[in-house]
Amino acid sequence: MITKRIIPCLDVRDGRVVKGVNFQGLADVNSPVELAKYYSDNGADELVFYDITASAEGRALFTDILTETASQVFIPLTVGGGINTVDDFDRVLKCGADKVSVNSGAIRHPDLVREAARKYGDQCVVLSADVKRVDGVFHVFAKGGREDTGMEAIGWIRRCVDMGAGEIVVNSIDTDGVKNGFDLEMLAAVCDAVSVPVIASGGAGNARHFVDLFRALPKVDAGLAASIFHFGEVRIPDLKKELAENGIIVRR
Amino acid sequence: MITIVDYGVGNLFSLRSSFGSLGERARVSGDPEEILNAEKIILPGVGAFGDAAEKLRSIGMDQALLAAARKGTPLLGICLGMQLLFDRSFEYGEHAGLGLIPGNVRPIADVIPSGLKIPHIGWNALRFHGPACPLFRDVREGECVYFVHSFYAAAHDPFVTATAEYGADLTAAVRRDNVFGCQFHPEKSGGVGLRILKAFCEM
Repeated sequence: MITKRIIPCLDVRDGRVVKGVNFQGLADVNSPVELAKYYSDNGADELVFYDITASAEGRALFTDILTETASQVFIPLTVGGGINTVDDFDRVLKCGADKVSVNSGAIRHPDLVREAARKYGDQCVVLSADVKRVDGVFHVFAKGGREDTGMEAIGWIRRCVDMGAGEIVVNSIDTDGVKNGFDLEMLAAVCDAVSVPVIASGGAGNARHFVDLFRALPKVDAGLAASIFHFGEVRIPDLKKELAENGIIVRR
Repeated sequence: MITIVDYGVGNLFSLRSSFGSLGERARVSGDPEEILNAEKIILPGVGAFGDAAEKLRSIGMDQALLAAARKGTPLLGICLGMQLLFDRSFEYGEHAGLGLIPGNVRPIADVIPSGLKIPHIGWNALRFHGPACPLFRDVREGECVYFVHSFYAAAHDPFVTATAEYGADLTAAVRRDNVFGCQFHPEKSGGVGLRILKAFCEM
């Protein structure tokens, strides 16, 4: 049977890995290439690189780092951040990315999902949605979680799947950085709405939270986190041992 | 020296890099003459079967691959490249493949229970079948490899060397003499995948 995936996420700015708490207050952590190799050697099933650089120099630096990583790390690599056109897909796929994650770019131009899926296949297009409750309704946020689009999130996600998104990363802004567990209510709503793989993000503070996630929501395919892995609070081999002991099928 | 067939389908970056990390020389070629004279051939592929088969034919690569396989050159098809080794595919119509391995390529949806997601994407465990395949020289049964596919090869038993369980036993690897195929991506399957590629290099 297919295994549940554990995915460390590396936010990269100016060639370094950073991680914000609730998307603010970034702190330098490590070298992306070294960190990626470390994770790959220690049982990560996949890696996500988010380019949070704004400048052109930073963007060039990011693709250099991506190329270097992809030539040394042989597990699936998803790249996101600053993906606004099909040319952006092309740019990162040529540097060794396997999947490309779209967020604000798809909100601005929803056809991007359709065009990219047609050109590279559904399996290549990952929709990343930053979602937060506003007056009890799930809203999609843009620009790294800073701007409420006013769009209802479940409808947005379903629409993107219809256009060809092959995988959904659901990042709960409400639980991100709080380390009190994944947003099971939000994830359940997404799992009920779509039939493509769903990756949970935001809120993991310890290994137990991953056990709770996969037990409560068997339809969730993967758990994504950043700082708890980067700062060594949760080691992936220990996490997988705990998952396996709780009857959850993982790759070891 | 490994020759990776370039016919404008899919991304060859990771494949080239993985041979590089193994210290193996690999070149990419779209020249049928070079394929015919290659020591070992990798046939990659991502995307739709019909387009890929057409591209192979349009540059005369199908004939080069058939001739190379006939004279005993080790050939490894990966993902869609494996599916292209079969007789035909029913992906969006009906398309002829290379016919190097008997069988047809069909939608996974035909054989797995509804409710399971398609594509079959992620890490799944290998189960071995039949005589030991030299590709799996350094792989233990139960080790996981990375799959991404919506169609599967309905192969005849003697040619299936490994399966993966996903609501049904899906063909994961095939072999007929010097012709090998992996439905999964060895170049994305971490250490296990590199061991498989190494075994191919050392055949």
